Amino acid sequence: MRFPFKTSYEQDTRLFRDRIDASWYVLLAALVVLLPAVLPAYYVGETTWVFIYAITGVSLMVLVGYTGLVSLGHAAFLGIGAYAHAFFIEHGVPWVVSAAMAVTLATACGLVVGLPALRMTGIYLAIATLAFSVIIQEVFSRWESVTHGLSGMAVPKAHIFGVSFGGETAFYYLCLFFLVLALWLTRNLLRAPTGRAWIAIRDSEIAAQSMGVNLAIYKSIAFAYSAGLMGLAGVLFAHKIAFLAPDIFTILLSIQLLLLVIVGGLGSLHGAVFGAIFVALLPPVIAILRDSIPASFHDFSAASGLAPIGWFGDAIGNFLKKPGVEAGIFGVILVLVILLEPLGMYGRWVKIRIFFSTFPMYKRATFKRQRSYMKTERLR
Amino acid sequence: MTDRARPSYWHGEKAASDRPTGSRGRKLDIFLQLTLNGLAVGCIYGLVALGFVLIYKATELVNFAQGDLLMLGAFVCYMAVVWWGLDYWLSFLIAVLAVAAFGALLDAVLLRRVIGQPQFAVVMLTIGLGAVFRTFASVTWGSEIYTLPTPFGGVTRIAGVTISHQYLSIIVGTLILCSVLYGFFNHTRIGVAMQATSQNQLAAYYMGIPVKRIFSMIWAISAGVATAAGVLLAPVTLIDINMGLAVALKAFAAAVLGGFGSIPGALVGGIVIGLIELYAGATLPDGFKDTAPYIVLLVMLVVRPQGLFGTPGRKKV
Amino acid sequence: MTFFQADNISINFGGIRAVDGVSFQVTKGEVFTVIGPNGAGKTTIFNLVSRFYDPTEGRLVFEDNDITKVPSYRIAALGIARTFQNIELFEHATLLQNLLLARHAHKRSNFFSELLFLPSVRRLEVEHREAVEKVIDFLDLQQYRDSFIVNLPYGVRKVTELARALCTDPKLLLLDEPSSGLNVEETDDMAFWIQDIKNLLGITVLMVEHDMKLVSAVSDRVLALNYGRPLAMGTVQEVQAHPEVIRAYLGG
Repeated sequence: MRFPFKTSYEQDTRLFRDRIDASWYVLLAALVVLLPAVLPAYYVGETTWVFIYAITGVSLMVLVGYTGLVSLGHAAFLGIGAYAHAFFIEHGVPWVVSAAMAVTLATACGLVVGLPALRMTGIYLAIATLAFSVIIQEVFSRWESVTHGLSGMAVPKAHIFGVSFGGETAFYYLCLFFLVLALWLTRNLLRAPTGRAWIAIRDSEIAAQSMGVNLAIYKSIAFAYSAGLMGLAGVLFAHKIAFLAPDIFTILLSIQLLLLVIVGGLGSLHGAVFGAIFVALLPPVIAILRDSIPASFHDFSAASGLAPIGWFGDAIGNFLKKPGVEAGIFGVILVLVILLEPLGMYGRWVKIRIFFSTFPMYKRATFKRQRSYMKTERLR
Repeated sequence: MTDRARPSYWHGEKAASDRPTGSRGRKLDIFLQLTLNGLAVGCIYGLVALGFVLIYKATELVNFAQGDLLMLGAFVCYMAVVWWGLDYWLSFLIAVLAVAAFGALLDAVLLRRVIGQPQFAVVMLTIGLGAVFRTFASVTWGSEIYTLPTPFGGVTRIAGVTISHQYLSIIVGTLILCSVLYGFFNHTRIGVAMQATSQNQLAAYYMGIPVKRIFSMIWAISAGVATAAGVLLAPVTLIDINMGLAVALKAFAAAVLGGFGSIPGALVGGIVIGLIELYAGATLPDGFKDTAPYIVLLVMLVVRPQGLFGTPGRKKV
Repeated sequence: MTFFQADNISINFGGIRAVDGVSFQVTKGEVFTVIGPNGAGKTTIFNLVSRFYDPTEGRLVFEDNDITKVPSYRIAALGIARTFQNIELFEHATLLQNLLLARHAHKRSNFFSELLFLPSVRRLEVEHREAVEKVIDFLDLQQYRDSFIVNLPYGVRKVTELARALCTDPKLLLLDEPSSGLNVEETDDMAFWIQDIKNLLGITVLMVEHDMKLVSAVSDRVLALNYGRPLAMGTVQEVQAHPEVIRAYLGG
């Protein structure tokens, strides 16, 4: 196990724990920057989705993972950011101004939704946000002068200060920049009093209050900040998807975003990125398997002379081709993650690391979570 | 996800679309018609909401898959009637029993493991299950829209008001179900044990109540109620894989409106949502039919965050 | 100057009068203990003082200011900190984060400077850290600094609660059953710490406690309650000898 030697209090406020830690991140950064040089354009585009999803993940992580407030309607903020940006661009507003205004609008909406949310907890809040997103979706489809309603809205490629970010690679770097920005800003908040107040609210509202945390203000900040980040993701999302329609921003998208943070691991920014990788790359992986499984099974059955293996491969391929199977696969994964690894992918990663660093002294109980069987214990 | 994506099914909407043409009697007729249809739709929401609340009260789990259980129930009944050619009532019974058994199985295999975990995790688990059920239904039965033949085809005219038997069957069915459940919970040993379990799982366990079996039973009842709602609803909305989701979202609003955890609240909330939906669809501009229930819900939550019949809870320190 | 005064406070829960016309004064620098059988309304008094409940009647005064209507999140900034009977720590955070959170009442940075983590924020963080480290040294918690609360044994959590309350730089410290769940040795430690808090740090302590050994070891004055009503007030010996108190504990 590595014990960083600490010589000043400032050391604990740094972004990275120590040199070794920092050098890993430098390596990762180099890898991500060089990736478009080696990957085909299609995969560069898919990786861009990872970055956009990661921003949404950071947004929800702040709200759900750190502040403990659940929103079933965050797709609405994504939609607000996307539509606002598309509208401003359509009316000739420069990109940077347009994006800033879209983010501001999403933040303001977050604040407005957050205000009634202050008095609600748990399931009530989830339903209130759900109601909000249903209403917003209806607005998207009815406010035709702004959103072009059900006929949809085309979004042009991004042009910033006369530079085109239309190509896959250029847009990749743009999204990467905003992801790093979002991660940096969020990390800053999390190592400062605001982030601690969020965590305190998540773990015990009552204790947070008696330590001087104004619940109303910090919940509002969490809501507004999260909505703002979602708006930022919406701006990039609009360009990436190139065509906005109201039925993109449904509760199913909200659920997919929640799935992202859960699968990634609640309560860590790493989790947001892990989850984004998972959510963005699963559909292309399924698409690849759809064709490759029957083919490889056939090859195997031809080589081994066992015909049933080929039929089995066909069956899997046909199953994967049915409509709605993707949602089912997401569902199965969600169920498995919650049952088997409630801490998500990041939690598993930490466990593995601790297993090896403390070997052979690893204690399972380190991660055991206390359950509460009484109604009153679950109130906060 | 909203109902817009689906064809308009509520007959109330059709009745409303030929707007009042003149005489006051006609207006009153339409109003009564809307009220009746709203009550029927509201009963369905109420029944699904009742399912949420039953499970929530006993196990503290919030079951987002309730609507999909409704969908499964409707499909099973359809399969029995159309594919196997069985009698409607027999098929109804088969569907209720089959889905109830499935509900108990779900609890025994999956949901019992997450009891005591944060509410949010459980909500996501059931959302995941719902997605799996929908995929299962689309793979098994296909993603077309099916019509369930029922014995309630006709209409009765009383004092100029046309009463469709389909809607009437929903209201009567709900009344019967509710009285049976009321009797069960308040006047049987098991019902009282269920209430005790919902107060404190651990204490109930120590008192010798078979908590695990009780939970399975609650799930079975709740799934059975959902199926009954699905079968009653089937002639009105037609059957497809997304029928449950649309209903469940409104039913959720209903349960929260009534104060999550209150059984009369769930029914009242359901009826309120059903009535608002049909009145708004008939009188307000397009788009309000689907959103009006949510607008009312939001306003209500701002004014009374614990719902109509809920009691504000606070952790004791 | 009145340091702390509860003036005829009462609270009703539905039809139950949990606290019924209780008055007492705490003088600066003393350890004042409230005792009484279960359900006597001791913790309710704490919840009234930390403003989780609104009293139906009566007045609370702290340093000559009426705090009856002050919202609960402002209590810490005024200089009143509390611990909880059943431990209300932030479980999925480290001990250090828990203690730093207690500095929240002294937060001077704003949202935007934190967003950019300006040097001023860094400097304030170090200041908070120095304050926290003093408490860590005082209560010997060095080895648990980076442990998550969920992984700490009960006794350490209890001390962490105390540490967190101390980190707010309180003038009045409310301890809700500091010895509950602790073994004899840990209870003795707790007694020493309470004495040190009073003598070395000069913090006034208002305490609810069952363990009479701890009560008599540290208390300057004791108030005995039963059914929300005051029975007796005075030194430990006086209260213990009071016939009403004996009757309340032994029945009869």
